[in-house]
Amino acid sequence: MTTVIDRRKTDRQKNLSNRQRFIQRAKDAIKKSIRGAVLNKDRSIKDSSGGNVKIPNKGTTEPTFRNGEGGRRVIVRPGNPGNVRGDKIPRPRGGQGNRGNGDPSKDSAEMLDEFEFTLTREEFLDFFFEDLELPNLVKTALKEVVEHKWTRSGFTPVGVPANLDVTRSFINSMGRHFALAGAYDKKIKALRESGGSEEEIALLEKKKRTIPFMDDIDLKYRLFVKQPKPITKAVMFCLMDVSGSMGEYEKDLAKRFFMLLYMFLERKYEQVTVVFIRHTTEAKEVDEQEFFYSKEAGGTVVSTALELTADIIKSRFNSSDYNIYVSQCSDGDNAYDDNSVCTAIIREEILPYVQYYAYVQVGHQRDEMANMWGVFSGRLGNTTNSNSLYEVFKEIEKTTTHFKVKNLNTPADIYPVFRELFEKDIKV
Amino acid sequence: MSLLWNDNEWTFPLIDQAYKEIEKIGVEEMKLDIFPNQIEIISSDQMLDAYASHAMPIMYKHWSFGKSYSINKKMYESGEQGLAYEVVINSNPCIAYLMEDNTMTMQALVLAHASIGHNNFFKTNYLFQQWTDPDGIIDYLIFAKNYVAKCEERYGAERVEEILDSCHALMDQGMDRFKRARKRSREEERVRAAEREAYHQSRVSELWPDTWKSETPAQKEERKRRILPEPEDNLLYFIEKNSPILEPWEREIVRIVRKVAQYFWPQMQTQVGNEGWATHTHYYIMNRLYEKGLISDGALLEFLKSHTGVIAQYRMQRLNPYCLGFNIFRDIKRMCENPTEEDREWFPDVVGQNWLDVAKDARENYKDESLILQYLSPRVIRNLKLFSILDDYGTDSMNYIVQNIHDREGYKEVRRALSRNYDINMRMPQIQVRDVNVDGDRKLILKHTRHNYVPLDQTDLKETMLHVKRLWGFAVRMDFYNPGAVSPTDWVAVGE
Repeated sequence: MTTVIDRRKTDRQKNLSNRQRFIQRAKDAIKKSIRGAVLNKDRSIKDSSGGNVKIPNKGTTEPTFRNGEGGRRVIVRPGNPGNVRGDKIPRPRGGQGNRGNGDPSKDSAEMLDEFEFTLTREEFLDFFFEDLELPNLVKTALKEVVEHKWTRSGFTPVGVPANLDVTRSFINSMGRHFALAGAYDKKIKALRESGGSEEEIALLEKKKRTIPFMDDIDLKYRLFVKQPKPITKAVMFCLMDVSGSMGEYEKDLAKRFFMLLYMFLERKYEQVTVVFIRHTTEAKEVDEQEFFYSKEAGGTVVSTALELTADIIKSRFNSSDYNIYVSQCSDGDNAYDDNSVCTAIIREEILPYVQYYAYVQVGHQRDEMANMWGVFSGRLGNTTNSNSLYEVFKEIEKTTTHFKVKNLNTPADIYPVFRELFEKDIKV
Repeated sequence: MSLLWNDNEWTFPLIDQAYKEIEKIGVEEMKLDIFPNQIEIISSDQMLDAYASHAMPIMYKHWSFGKSYSINKKMYESGEQGLAYEVVINSNPCIAYLMEDNTMTMQALVLAHASIGHNNFFKTNYLFQQWTDPDGIIDYLIFAKNYVAKCEERYGAERVEEILDSCHALMDQGMDRFKRARKRSREEERVRAAEREAYHQSRVSELWPDTWKSETPAQKEERKRRILPEPEDNLLYFIEKNSPILEPWEREIVRIVRKVAQYFWPQMQTQVGNEGWATHTHYYIMNRLYEKGLISDGALLEFLKSHTGVIAQYRMQRLNPYCLGFNIFRDIKRMCENPTEEDREWFPDVVGQNWLDVAKDARENYKDESLILQYLSPRVIRNLKLFSILDDYGTDSMNYIVQNIHDREGYKEVRRALSRNYDINMRMPQIQVRDVNVDGDRKLILKHTRHNYVPLDQTDLKETMLHVKRLWGFAVRMDFYNPGAVSPTDWVAVGE
């Protein structure tokens, strides 16, 4: 008496809720691990997949009473290499060795101080978004994988039965029938008039009757095509000041800032190109690795980056074909008389062509305070007025809707820069 | 006879046919007594699910299952670890899982191994008969899962998780080792749960009255005797019955965890016997299929490759139960059919018997500890080159010392030492409830006897003690005794 049951379609993912509980429990440890993962060299800003997470055992241990080391045991092992009674075998260095009598199932994973598992894209994004304090609707929208729309677009001779257009096929078949039957009729009439034999006429009549009612060439199927969006291409410019003042924390914030914008754009456009521009006193277009990870030192002239951006827009990205987004990250220091140059370039050569410009300044919040207390700061009259860029850009923001400026101190500060952009364009 | 299959792909009809032939050999030729079989086809992800819940198709929810699922999933997906191709549970009908990725030959192998071999062992071994109820286990797990879920709804997931965490920590000490369990149906369980709640309420308030201060010494003695008539080995059982602070629903959860632990109790002590028998059965059956012309050379080779992988043993490493068990049963067959002088000397009762009868005795009436003592032959000891080593820091802190090897003088001692390696007290420390203060501080006193002077592992000790305290509600102390000692050498306490 035997039954064979196929369980593959039902009863799946039994451990989904258990896994969720586990992730909840290990939340803090996972968050920490993700922070490290985001900053990792090998992770591009375009990458929003899950990935391996390593977390320490603490908090998710399952303690028990169990036997430890020591005591007096007699263990039996196989494969005696030639020892005899009384021989001494040196203990392995470092303690553990081949301890015999513990529960063999509690081996490897429990012994280590940490363990590894993989997060799905959803889970990873959950953690990533948490710090950013995105509104829930935005989170849902970003997590979604965008679907394409199909629209009707005429007919095609090839397709699946579900798309068969019966009426049209009939019309074709009737037409064919008329044509072929008419041709036979003509022949028969000609034969009759010229005195053809009864047999020949009968043959033709028989052939006429065997014209197929419906043939493959008659069939017409409805055609569906993917609907192209009006402008399907976007380009994102990432500008970053890489003079010495950008540390690990600042880079982390910057990277998250760029990642968020990229994710947003990916939802909206079929194709998103990214251009990385880094600058100190000179600007250079680079690839992502170099952008984030190679070291640089030196002074700062922001306008060089802006000039390069404007040049690239002009030469490579026609704004009627591309939607252009610029995101810039800096610590605010700039050469003294460069600020007015920056303003000019932005107003005249960049803003007219872009959809949105986001500027974030990392880590110099205290300078707002210093500004208020300018009298006491002792820094007035300094040639590099450290909050000048922020001030200057704030002026631009006042008169332009698609230009946004923010001070970044925590990840939660990132989203407000994009708030209007997101709220306008994410259909929730 | 024609080949049953000659291709990699399995189909449902093929599985049916193959099973019929395999069962024929198992039941008619080998005369094995088995439960009806229920064979389930699953995906690899579902296999990971099975791992996480100890193969049970139903289980209550807990984060620890999520953790082990996640770890195993990562190891499987990164190629570090393969999935066992056979997972089977002790129930009636006997449920075995076949992975959809297996080839037809592998499916046949799993059927022989699990649906015949393990099935037969589960049904006929004395420990399983004594301690488990294969007819009721699935029903009980359904009850357990629903009960836990209801508690989560009513009292909050966090509180339930806390209790489960503490119970899991004490699962190894939550099994009856010497008493016999009783069997109940799900309906009875459901009814009894309600009765138990009422019963516990009244019992606990009797055992821990507020009026303890005005008791006479005689009354106090009487009360203590009711709580702890004699030292109790089953910590969870004691807590379920006597904890001053647990709510009735919490007691029920303690009971659920210890029932599940009890269910696995025989499996822990029969790994060598069970795996050895299943391996030997699949070996016999697959070879018979080949002899009968039902499987091809290719299938046989594929089977042998897998089989040799399963019984592989690396020198000096811990003994592979599949290897040891398989060798024991194979040698029993050899001694019956082709005995040598040595066999006549060592196993006069086995030589010349029908190997099926001897194997039947071996798998029905022994656990690993006794199986080895009874049936491990010098031939197997020689084949595996077994030798015994003394590991004692007191005698020699730098070296292990070889005690006995595979020669005439050594066989008996090696066998004895190996048998002791499977003593359940080595794997799960013995911790008894020794005493309890029935007045004032209600302190619980536990006793741990160091088996072979082996101390408890210190890393988790305090944390586990805290779990005991959480369930008991008051201070807990554990005294440590050396073997045969009258008073403890040291102790650990929490909550004092």
